[in-house]
Amino acid sequence: MSGRDPRPATSVPAVAASPVSDDELRELAGKQAALGEVRGAPAPDPVNEPMIRHWLAAMGDANPAYLDKGLAPPAMAQVWTMQAPRPGARDRSPVDDLLAALDAGGYTGVVATNCEQTYHRYARLGERLTPATRFTDLAGPKRTALGVGYFATWNVTWYGDGDEPVAEMLFRVLKFRPREGTREDRPPYPLQPAVNQDTAFFWEGAKSGELRIQTCADCGRLRHPPGALCPRCRSSRLTYTVASGLGTLYSYVVHHHPPVPGRETPFVVGVVELPEGVRIVGNVVDCPPGQVEIGMALRVTYRPMDDRLVLPMWAPEEP
Amino acid sequence: MSRTSAAIAGIGATEFSKKSGRSELRLAAEAVLSALDDAGLSPGDVDGLVTFTQDANQEIAVARETGIGELTFFSRVDYGGGAACATVAHAAMAVATGMARTVVCYRAFNERSGRRFGQPNARLSGEPTSQGLEMSWHVPFGLMTPAAWVAMFAQRYLHVHGATSEDFGRVAVAMRRHAATNPAAWFYQRPITLEEHQASRWIVEPLHLLDCCQESDGAVALVVTSAEHARDLRRSPAVITAAAQGAGADQMMMTSYYRDDMTGLPEMSVVGRRLWEQSGLAPQDIRTAILYDHFTPFVLTQLEELGFCGRGEAPEFLKDGGIELDGRLPVNPHGGQLGEAYIHGMNGIAEAVRQIRGTAANQLTGVTNVLVTAGTGVPTSGLILSAG
Ligand SMILES: [Zn+2]
Repeated sequence: MSGRDPRPATSVPAVAASPVSDDELRELAGKQAALGEVRGAPAPDPVNEPMIRHWLAAMGDANPAYLDKGLAPPAMAQVWTMQAPRPGARDRSPVDDLLAALDAGGYTGVVATNCEQTYHRYARLGERLTPATRFTDLAGPKRTALGVGYFATWNVTWYGDGDEPVAEMLFRVLKFRPREGTREDRPPYPLQPAVNQDTAFFWEGAKSGELRIQTCADCGRLRHPPGALCPRCRSSRLTYTVASGLGTLYSYVVHHHPPVPGRETPFVVGVVELPEGVRIVGNVVDCPPGQVEIGMALRVTYRPMDDRLVLPMWAPEEP
Repeated sequence: MSRTSAAIAGIGATEFSKKSGRSELRLAAEAVLSALDDAGLSPGDVDGLVTFTQDANQEIAVARETGIGELTFFSRVDYGGGAACATVAHAAMAVATGMARTVVCYRAFNERSGRRFGQPNARLSGEPTSQGLEMSWHVPFGLMTPAAWVAMFAQRYLHVHGATSEDFGRVAVAMRRHAATNPAAWFYQRPITLEEHQASRWIVEPLHLLDCCQESDGAVALVVTSAEHARDLRRSPAVITAAAQGAGADQMMMTSYYRDDMTGLPEMSVVGRRLWEQSGLAPQDIRTAILYDHFTPFVLTQLEELGFCGRGEAPEFLKDGGIELDGRLPVNPHGGQLGEAYIHGMNGIAEAVRQIRGTAANQLTGVTNVLVTAGTGVPTSGLILSAG
């Protein structure tokens, strides 16, 4: 009975298991921003004709003016200082540490959302550009269509000979926690069970149409709900028995109020006693609530709730 | 626990409402200060604080707000309302062992205007903790409100003992009758009839609306110190004659459906046995019992588990006003949580203290020993408080 209601869509609780917390991310972002503009290594090559020619060809730009005048297209700014993919050779900018921390925090997905370039002048042949990076902002965590994530923003300025700015770029990426397999971002209903190593067999069984009851491989004891060890003989060699699927209603309730999302009221939940000697909770279906009674014979039936969850439920057993 | 080592020396509370309009921390602070005033102590005299695991107000926050300085003892008790009497038990242990001299127990919440326990909570089965896994056998089936969890036991009780919804209704009628003459109760001057109980809408069959306790905003605090110290203070002490916690075999939170029998509350039996052993008392020595009444059916079960009547005999025990003020065992003279307020059982402990002092709204005569219980269907606790 503990826990809190889901928060508004704009603010998302941190995932406790993250090795890097949201607070730590914010703190790091503050530190990186405080560094101000950090100069990178100068371009390995000066602005040169062969690269301009390649770039123009690749872009399908037939304008002869650049090479005629010895100028580089402004949109090439990034090209001159792009680093070779050699491990260890990277010149770290204030952005790299932050992106690494976001990865470590589970925000492994990335998508560029903004790129705004400002050109001050053309870069000239023979000129060697030097990039400088200024980390400006980290916003989040925010719920987005891709998943929960942070928007990271930085500015790069390229300086030419004489230390004058040639071009500037604002760059923003969304680093997000991929939806796949995370509970956090899925709608809460239909409610999913928490599952661990001790209980997964049961839910997998339900998906394949089997009612699996935990069974001790050493002493043969059946147990439901399942646990981590056999309480009778301490064995951890636990397997399961596929139950007959028959049962008798031991107790039940008819739920009227308050509404439960994803369920139409009234609905019936019962405690069912199995001939295998254990009890299990499940919905009683295909029977008007007024006709449900303790002692009635039931048979298991499997009902898919969504693409992931199948629940074993109980219908009257025809005599 | 030795019989007279600790006592409740002060009680305090806020008003009980549906919308306090104040923060939970402010409610906690107000109740703590009111309890200290009642005892004739100042915040500086307090060196220990105990609350529920579920309480949103940390001990250090309450200490800051109230001007309590250093703390040498702080502790929390888990399992929802099962913590109520256990907060006093922990405080008494701290006093008995010298961990602290004066401990305040508190519980504060906006349970009606804030987060309501009675509403479905999608996070109940969220994480693979032991409790999340436990809930996962029930919550995906829509079995996810306290009323529903209790109703499952109640249905079995009705079936096995041939009882009826009217038997549950008699508890509600008694509680509302008591509340009707208690000005602090939310349902002051608003009694109900058995017919009204039967006509109230279904919440979860077999429970009607009037089988379910209200939801309240408010706070209660209790000051625990040594009985010797308490005797020097402003009020006559309520001596802690016995204090116990209990969990049963194969215990779960509200859903212990897998035991041999589903008609009892074995955890309350554990508590009851300990209370009788420690106190040397027997059911006939109890003038009034404060029984946890979040839902009516478990009042019947508690009467049986504590030995006030035999198994399956509670419906008979309740007839003809058996638990009303002039009955064989007056239960919850303040109106209980069905009638006064739902402060997770803590307001019941305060009522026990008032009955012993002789200051209750519905004061009984000749009160020497009062038995108090905490949350039912969960690991729980109990007290016997005595004059002295
Ligand atoms: Zn075994």
